[in-house]
Amino acid sequence: MQKITKDQLVEKTVALLSDGTVSAVLGWSRGEFDYDITPAVFKTAEDLKENFVWNDFCGANFSKYLVAQTGKVEGKILVFLKPCDTYSFNQLLTEHRFDREKVYAVGIPCEGMADIAKVKEIVGDGIVSIEADGENLKVSTLYEDAPALVNAKDVMAERCVNCKSKKHVAYDELMGDDGEVIESNRFDEVARLEAMTPDERFAFWQNELSRCIRCNACRDACPACTCEKCVFDNPASSVENKAPANSFEEKMFHIIRAFHVAGRCTDCGECSRVCPQNIPLHLLNRKFIKDINEFYGEYQAGAEVGSRAPLVDYTTEDLEPGEVFDRGDKDA
Amino acid sequence: MQVKEYKPLIVAFCCNWCSYAGADLAGNNRLSYPADVKIIRVPCSCRVNPMFILRAFQRGADGVIICGCHPGDCHYTSGNYYTRRRMAALFSMLDFLGIEKERTRVEWVSAAEGAKFAATMNEFAETVASLGENKRLEDLRCKR
Ligand code: SF4
Ligand code: SF4
Ligand code: FES
Repeated sequence: MQKITKDQLVEKTVALLSDGTVSAVLGWSRGEFDYDITPAVFKTAEDLKENFVWNDFCGANFSKYLVAQTGKVEGKILVFLKPCDTYSFNQLLTEHRFDREKVYAVGIPCEGMADIAKVKEIVGDGIVSIEADGENLKVSTLYEDAPALVNAKDVMAERCVNCKSKKHVAYDELMGDDGEVIESNRFDEVARLEAMTPDERFAFWQNELSRCIRCNACRDACPACTCEKCVFDNPASSVENKAPANSFEEKMFHIIRAFHVAGRCTDCGECSRVCPQNIPLHLLNRKFIKDINEFYGEYQAGAEVGSRAPLVDYTTEDLEPGEVFDRGDKDA
Repeated sequence: MQVKEYKPLIVAFCCNWCSYAGADLAGNNRLSYPADVKIIRVPCSCRVNPMFILRAFQRGADGVIICGCHPGDCHYTSGNYYTRRRMAALFSMLDFLGIEKERTRVEWVSAAEGAKFAATMNEFAETVASLGENKRLEDLRCKR
């Protein structure tokens, strides 16, 4: 259940639209289903009142959309940013990917988003509608007469359970109260995998990655992946866009994707959210984050504008690649 | 049926300014190292894109080693410092995916270190040989 309401957001937005502060609004609208929320650009108060949505499925991080949208509108575009989105926002500014002057950022609090896969685990398929009902989500399905009540806490997305910050690191205006950076347990799962034997890890990833259909949704949604010409679009790269032919291609894609955002990934979790195959991709990114923290000191991408990403930086005292395995590694 | 004797195929990326010259020196001094070490010359160790390494494995390498100037001696001043960070991250990721960490290595070899070059290659080839064929990053389509 979100503390801030849709009506508050619409009211604020309509006011800013009508006084000319902004000329467009990047917000959420309903997709095919109640849980399938799609980013949309709103330009009129009518459109906003009718189609704007704010609920537990508004996970989409809009930062990346600014790269394209700031070039398309006259005047400023309003963007809603949840705390984790603000890190991506800063990271994109660091990389000069959009013009800050063209954006009016409204920070909004977030109580955690729901993961539809978890909802389906409880209520099954055939969901026709989902409504917020206090602490619960009221889920109606094709097969049951009475709607099921599911506690929002039980179906919270993994990235929200392990939320790293309720604090906004960028905004022009804040709605509601700001929170704090949180000591989360987000590296626990990485540590669990690290503690396995190489054989077990290999089996784990073989199982996960073999489901990949190379839809590229993970790349497309990632706010750190904003190259105009992506290596995965180049037919001569040997990793061009097509379904993986074998397990080598699966691994190749995933290693390269994760490596390209290493040091710049803010751990926003969009990659795992959009994956239709529920592959826990963020674990690859978190592995890089955890390593970078351990090798080169704590670093949070996007915490401030202008910080230098660890992999485009160095010191003369850095550890040697061979030494990374001598850190009291279980399988060393 | 004839069983082919297994000899590891090793790809060695050597930077033009130090390690490639080091390999030359090893040859001039008639030091021996396995013929299955295939040297690919790169302008600087930091020219090695992680994809090159994966591609080498795909095309049948059993081990990949990157050689560059000693830290501080890079012809381009700082290239090998970046190599060092990138490869530390990449190798750790390969290990995370369960790929044998002994198959990848970075060594600094100067133009004067012909003996070190030969010794490094001998030792690396032995390590890789003891691991056997690269199965975890193989691409069956590329098998001869
Ligand atoms: S979103 Fe999932 S299925 Fe699609 S390419 Fe990424 S990992 Fe593969
Ligand atoms: S890799 Fe995933 S978690 Fe990292 S910035 Fe991209 S979408 Fe977010
Ligand atoms: S030129 Fe040798 S490592 Fe850069």
